[in-house]
Amino acid sequence: MDEFSRLSLHVPEPAVRPGGQPDFSNVKIPKAGSVPRPEVDVAPEEIRDLAFSIIRVLNREGEAVGPWAGLLSDAELLAGLRHMMMLRAFDARMLMAQRQGKTSFYMQHLGEEAVSCAFRRALRKGDMNFPTYRQAGLLIADDYPMVEMMNQIFSNESDPCHGRQLPVMYTSKEHGFFTISGNLATQYVQAVGWAMASAIKNDTRIAAGWIGDGSTAESDFHSSLVFASTYRAPVILNIVNNQWAISTFQGIARGGSGTFAARGLGFGIPALRVDGNDYLAVYAVARWAAERARRNLGPTLIEYVTYRVGAHSTSDDPSAYRPKTESEAWPLGDPVLRLKKHLIVRGAWSEERHAQAEAEITDEVIQAQKQAESHGTLHAGGKPSVRDIFEGVYAEMPPHIRRQRQKAGY
Amino acid sequence: MARMTMIEAVRSAMDVSMARDENVVVFGEDVGYFGGVFRCTQGLQAKYGKTRCFDAPISESGIVGTAIGMAAYGLKPCVEIQFADYMYPAYDQITQEAARIRYRSNGDFTCPIVLRMPTGGGIFGGQTHSQSPEALFTHVCGLKVIVPSNPYDAKGLLISAIEDPDPVMFLEPKRLYNGPFDGHHERPVTPWSKHELGDVPEGHYTIPIGKAEIRRKGSAVTVVAYGTMVHVALAAAEETGIDAEVIDLRSLLPLDLDTIVQSVTKTGRCVVVHEATLTSGFGAELVSLVQEHCFYHLEAPVVRVTGWDTPYPHAQEWDYFPGPARVGRALTEVMEA
Repeated sequence: MDEFSRLSLHVPEPAVRPGGQPDFSNVKIPKAGSVPRPEVDVAPEEIRDLAFSIIRVLNREGEAVGPWAGLLSDAELLAGLRHMMMLRAFDARMLMAQRQGKTSFYMQHLGEEAVSCAFRRALRKGDMNFPTYRQAGLLIADDYPMVEMMNQIFSNESDPCHGRQLPVMYTSKEHGFFTISGNLATQYVQAVGWAMASAIKNDTRIAAGWIGDGSTAESDFHSSLVFASTYRAPVILNIVNNQWAISTFQGIARGGSGTFAARGLGFGIPALRVDGNDYLAVYAVARWAAERARRNLGPTLIEYVTYRVGAHSTSDDPSAYRPKTESEAWPLGDPVLRLKKHLIVRGAWSEERHAQAEAEITDEVIQAQKQAESHGTLHAGGKPSVRDIFEGVYAEMPPHIRRQRQKAGY
Repeated sequence: MARMTMIEAVRSAMDVSMARDENVVVFGEDVGYFGGVFRCTQGLQAKYGKTRCFDAPISESGIVGTAIGMAAYGLKPCVEIQFADYMYPAYDQITQEAARIRYRSNGDFTCPIVLRMPTGGGIFGGQTHSQSPEALFTHVCGLKVIVPSNPYDAKGLLISAIEDPDPVMFLEPKRLYNGPFDGHHERPVTPWSKHELGDVPEGHYTIPIGKAEIRRKGSAVTVVAYGTMVHVALAAAEETGIDAEVIDLRSLLPLDLDTIVQSVTKTGRCVVVHEATLTSGFGAELVSLVQEHCFYHLEAPVVRVTGWDTPYPHAQEWDYFPGPARVGRALTEVMEA
């Protein structure tokens, strides 16, 4: 008789499926203000704990507490609140536009607004993001024209991408926003390359790579950490852990590792986890990482612990794979409501002003939408020229593409 | 002017480019201190410093991905993939990123990178050091694909590639690194030092991408070839005595269709030769174009001579490698058709 039994495969499952009671008891949440703030030149091995904890600033009473607090003025926080509200309103309108057939597809940020909006504030003009499809807040927080975003979504005659890209796959060199790829994780290592180039040229600019929790399983994620670590590239490597990679829960990509942030430890990269629904905490950690990069201290890995409240995209139905009430049970709350509460506690905001701001922002978004729609939507109005199909594949059009363009009648 | 091997010519192209433009950087596995497994980058790190010529981790996707990021920043990375066979982990970065960044961003971002990689067989490299993956790249819009056949072209084309604003795949036939191999494996290789195309100017010059070169004038049949197969085709023409015109494509994408069409219109016959496997190889594209543009001038079906549709074998390399005998049989076949 063999001493070993037959083998069996372990396939992780989330704690709850549709119809069950949401359960986030596995998310260990430290008290706001309880995680120390090390110096930026700290040795990575001295802050290993930060890869397993969660840095938080806003407590349940709406107060900013602890060593990561106190970095932003009222005016800056009010601007941050406005950016998040703009992004939320923008999402709502574009989601509706997709349902009305004005575009093919949309991806919203509901619940994750703080991550990109607060992060952008830690960067400077000239820095470069290599984002995924869920960081439009980087553009909104940098005052990129909303009409241009809508033109891109509608693939209309004013679309900066000339109708060649899926909706929400924006591009803006001027606003530090690298052209988005639908292939996952590819941009992460490109961010490292951009940062290496900046270091090669003895520049002062830094780069930021973005990835979702699911895509950390891609080999490019690991390549990125190798290159960032090897060359000490001035890059911030962001992992947005929103719990769900379409229908696949984060435990599938995470495997046996304690956290996504912990993956940085094996590469000697300082790794921190932060409350992704806490605007102040996100900003504080991003600023810490940016300072490290600017001081030539190398890369930082940040895991934003958040929750994707909306569907993955307009093609997704989350009720098929998770309890409908799960988002309400998310223990880190709503980023907009938390910052709003904080500002009210500080005496810098009120319910009345918030309601008024909401109305103003909604109106602003509607006006932008009207303007964008005057240039056309996917199936109506102005469109990019068919000639644009053939342009821009190369700097100079080669003969074979010219022949095809002529054959097409353009 | 100096007599150079193709290795020296490739190195000279990088040297000249790095001296002229401080944004040109060279990196890849073993290319820094050691100078590359074929020594193509030897001396560049000593001359330009280790931030302009450096070793990379063994991660092809990482190498190409970081090169793309560097190009987005404004550098001009000239990257070595140690063997073309190792390119596959980077295929996503090459074909879906580098190739499309200009298009998808409407020129907001561009990707002026060069990916150099030794290709082809004839060195007993077995299945994983002998591949000719050019067709995998010529099918991708946004890339340029170059295969030089001699030191003079290699240098001029590589400088053009480095100065090109778009991503260029630069496939170096490793069997030609030291001499113009004509497929006769039983004979010693004639070194480039005894060949006029080994005469390479030491300074800057370019050869335009997208222009083929007629290596041998003839009126009976057109042989379309590139890389090592140019020399095999020339040997076959000499040995059969058939008055073949041999076109060296040099650039597969963009392709010099005019030169092919003019030649086949004149000769009425065509043989396409490449080392890569037959099915869906680049030869299929060439035959299709000849059929489309020269149909009423053809006096015989167009014939392909290629590697077999199998992985590249180790021990039977010379039965796989298309040599002058196989090309000669094809020439005879089209002449007798």
